[in-house]
Amino acid sequence: MTIQTTQAPETGVAIANSLTAGRLPKSAPWTILVAAIAVSAAVFAVVSFGSGSGYNWGGALFVGALLYIPAIWLFSTLVEGRRRAMDRLVTALVTGAFLLAMIPLVSLGITVVTLGAARFDADFFSMSMRNVTGEGGGIVHAIVGTLLMTGAAAVISIPIGLMTSIYLVEYGRGRLARGVTFLVDVMTGIPSIVAGLFAYSLFAIFLGPGTRTGIAGAVALSLLMIPVVVRSSEEMLRLVPNELREAAFALGVPKWLTIVKVVLPTSIAGITTGVMLSIARVIGETAPLLIAAGFTASVNYNLFDGRMQSLPVFVYTQYANQGNPPQAYLDRAWAAALTLILIVMALNLIARLVARFFAPKFGR
Amino acid sequence: MSKRIEVRDLNVYYSKFLAVEGVNLAIEPRSVTAFIGPSGCGKSTFLRTLNRMHEVIPGARVEGEVLIDGNNLYDPDVDPVLVRRQVGMVFQRPNPFPTMSIKENVLAGVKLNNKRISKSDAEELVEKSLRGANLWNEVKDRLDRPGSGLSGGQQQRLCIARAIAVSPEVILMDEPCSALDPISTLAIEDLIEDLKQQYTIVIVTHNMQQASRVSDKTAFFNIAGTGKPGNLIEYDDTTTIFSNPSVQATEDYVSGRFG
Repeated sequence: MTIQTTQAPETGVAIANSLTAGRLPKSAPWTILVAAIAVSAAVFAVVSFGSGSGYNWGGALFVGALLYIPAIWLFSTLVEGRRRAMDRLVTALVTGAFLLAMIPLVSLGITVVTLGAARFDADFFSMSMRNVTGEGGGIVHAIVGTLLMTGAAAVISIPIGLMTSIYLVEYGRGRLARGVTFLVDVMTGIPSIVAGLFAYSLFAIFLGPGTRTGIAGAVALSLLMIPVVVRSSEEMLRLVPNELREAAFALGVPKWLTIVKVVLPTSIAGITTGVMLSIARVIGETAPLLIAAGFTASVNYNLFDGRMQSLPVFVYTQYANQGNPPQAYLDRAWAAALTLILIVMALNLIARLVARFFAPKFGR
Repeated sequence: MSKRIEVRDLNVYYSKFLAVEGVNLAIEPRSVTAFIGPSGCGKSTFLRTLNRMHEVIPGARVEGEVLIDGNNLYDPDVDPVLVRRQVGMVFQRPNPFPTMSIKENVLAGVKLNNKRISKSDAEELVEKSLRGANLWNEVKDRLDRPGSGLSGGQQQRLCIARAIAVSPEVILMDEPCSALDPISTLAIEDLIEDLKQQYTIVIVTHNMQQASRVSDKTAFFNIAGTGKPGNLIEYDDTTTIFSNPSVQATEDYVSGRFG
């Protein structure tokens, strides 16, 4: 390996920005980016002129951005040397990857908002689909079903998941703990439809085949939710410093009180975030609810009797069984999808606020 | 309020590894005893066996007897929680509970045990403990602020206040000043001098001047080599240990000519 000395880089090359020794000016990356896009735009203009087809803006931008990466590296190598050039290259790659990841997200957001806005009205949130064919109708029944079933799933999963993670962190030693960890990992990988079939057949055993109730849907969801809760709370509990546990033990506090009053309050912010993320994970599940809870057009407040509609299943049925006029069904599907996204966003926002509220304070 | 500690033929193991071997010593009530010795010789391990805190570490176990006023800590029927209520502990790094205010930290021993305490009693206890820990004047105006906002030295004194608020008989200190500056160290040493009137204090320290300043008796621990168990080499009055020790290894260690 050769060691690079800090000799002045050659600046004799014809570069517009080679004003300072060994340092590109601050505006250089932007200038190079604009230049790269301009070059690519020119090439695309020639191509579109030659072939007579329409101008491809997306392609021009993309190729321009691709062109920027070797360009910035080249200029930086010439002016600033290899170390800084590598830094700029990696910065460009990382930023590019971020922008690439943002494209589908932004595109999805724009699509859902524009298409969902058509039916995002008061009727939509005050009516169910009972006796509605064609236009009109609303999603009250689906919102009620989603909230009830997700809520019931949370009531089942949070205590089980939290206690499992407490067992794993505070009590679990040896084979049993390793077994539990392994099974939780396996559970994380269960396809959601398998969870739905499990819940369906479980209730079919006791209540006869063909039973579809909200609680069966909730059981299916909790099956998907428990491993996420266990995993995230386990991580959070492990972050609590052992010194705090020792401090409590040294005061003559029994172990269970130490866990309840020291370990949990210290990690409650992280646990809340994890729980909220697990809710966001299951609230959009379609397949298990389609099997276990079925679908219906009426509002059903009773988890234990009758089928229950949910937002994802509503979207699916509206899209899959389009009636007349089909546009009404598509509009309802998009508006319901928008509602679901908004609910998940609201939950995440609440989780943030709760986490901030509970977080240990370090004010002076 | 303070008790005599007697240790007989104590061996401490981490799983199969013998960490401390054959310790015999007696600690008198209302005195300060210092444990000195090189790192890894088992001082802290041994200190933890005096209130069964070593049991927090998986695989740690003890053979032998520790008697506090004649009661064996390692009797099978003894509840470690009750032991720790009598034998408090202050740790190397200050560890106030981050979710609690200064006041709640002092009351932690009471509150965490679900004991009911009237508001006036609680305020009295907070003031008494903070005064006892020499911290009252610095924090009396901000008792409801988080304990983690204090300086390191103040946090350590807060931890001492928390330990004495449950009125233990014995206070164990595991290098309480090693993370502190000289001024905070001095404050804590003064505090130890005061606490000695009421409590039996055992302190582990790497600072030989500190041992000679604060303690009445000193125990020197040493280790023959890596993988070998730590031993109690010599236990005597502090003045004797530092001026006229009977074992050559002790003299080498306290005068800095070890190794």
